[in-house]
Amino acid sequence: MVVSRGFQGRPPAEPERLPPGQYLTRDFPVLATGPTPIDAAEDWSLTIRGAVETPRTWSWDELLALPSETFTVDIHCVTQWTKLDTTWTGVPVDALLAEVAPQGATHLVAHCAGGYTTNLPLDDVTGGKAWIAYGYEGEPLSPPHGGPARLLVPHLYFWKSAKWVRELELLTEDHPGYWEVNGYHLRGDPWREQRYDDD
Amino acid sequence: MTEIGRRSPWTPAEVVEVRDETSAIRTLVLDVPEWPGHRAGQSVDVRLTAESGYATQRPYSLASAPEDPQLELTVQRMGDGEVSPWLAREARAGDQLEIRGPGGRSFSWHVEDGGPLLLVAGGSGLVPLRAMLRHRLAVGAELDTRLVLSVRTEEDQLYAAEIEAWRAAGVQTTVTLTRAGGRRVDAAMLAEAGPPPEARPHVFVCGPTAFVEAAATHLLRAGHATDLVRTERFGGAV
Repeated sequence: MVVSRGFQGRPPAEPERLPPGQYLTRDFPVLATGPTPIDAAEDWSLTIRGAVETPRTWSWDELLALPSETFTVDIHCVTQWTKLDTTWTGVPVDALLAEVAPQGATHLVAHCAGGYTTNLPLDDVTGGKAWIAYGYEGEPLSPPHGGPARLLVPHLYFWKSAKWVRELELLTEDHPGYWEVNGYHLRGDPWREQRYDDD
Repeated sequence: MTEIGRRSPWTPAEVVEVRDETSAIRTLVLDVPEWPGHRAGQSVDVRLTAESGYATQRPYSLASAPEDPQLELTVQRMGDGEVSPWLAREARAGDQLEIRGPGGRSFSWHVEDGGPLLLVAGGSGLVPLRAMLRHRLAVGAELDTRLVLSVRTEEDQLYAAEIEAWRAAGVQTTVTLTRAGGRRVDAAMLAEAGPPPEARPHVFVCGPTAFVEAAATHLLRAGHATDLVRTERFGGAV
């Protein structure tokens, strides 16, 4: 053990809420390798297509007209920060999928303004585990955090919660997204510390 | 292209020198016997372990170029921080810590990537850009390089002694002091600093989140290509 002389640190009050290798932050860091898109809100719409019976596109007003949920969750970034008790508002992905009727789909890829993509097993966005979120702490979701709307899948590392989401493409096989092609884990469960593809 | 290293192991590092940059910012020079090398602009995770066995880790940018003989971290002490007060105040020569890396390859530059280069820093956002500037100087490259630096006051200026060397090496440097009645970085300042978007410069923007959001938005609106603007933000969002 390499001890740093005089370092005491501040062990977390609720260590059981901290996945392995994470630290608590009170800030809300903004992680993105590039700029926040300047056109993410222009002509905003969300499309679900691919392995579905009836592809559908929702306008901004149509999304807001759907029943929403407000919920409080912990979020975990692969860059090692964890933020507790964040409160979001959004539409459950279950409700959107019910309208398109998936056909044999096992995975999906989220496509975003700016070109970002990420892949997810369908099981990780169904059963009340994922939302299209447009509100954060009672305010509209700000552009640096993915506004006007982002995918929110809080039980996985936060790179799966794609900012500026515009399309969900349902697939009958797994298709790695931007970080996943570059070595991040296909699923990204923070409690199993699935950061890299060989974890 | 972006490439994520596999999980690299923690490796011991010894502090060999500390150097105050400002009242709240300090550079640590580290001896790391087993260092795999890095690209200018990359970062490392730093792990501190207490006598009790409790350990925690944080990411920090490397301030040193690949050509520098030792690794350097420049750390700003955050009042409510857990790790930065130890690094920026407590640490002294002979102290031990662990590092892991390098990471953050998408925010890095090598002379073979070419130029022109536009570097935009807010406050201690200069740290990874300093690594790029030192790399450019170390290899004797003469490519078109512009630096735009926003700091609150002259006392907050990092690496003051080095800026003249950068200028002498042809780095066109614009410094704005925001607290002394100076301008904040705006669209006009970035346009004056150049190079223009048509020159397709590699742009690196680093600083507090609000600074990076504002500067990157100005750059996109001016016509810089999204995929040529790389960003690194610290602190919470506005």
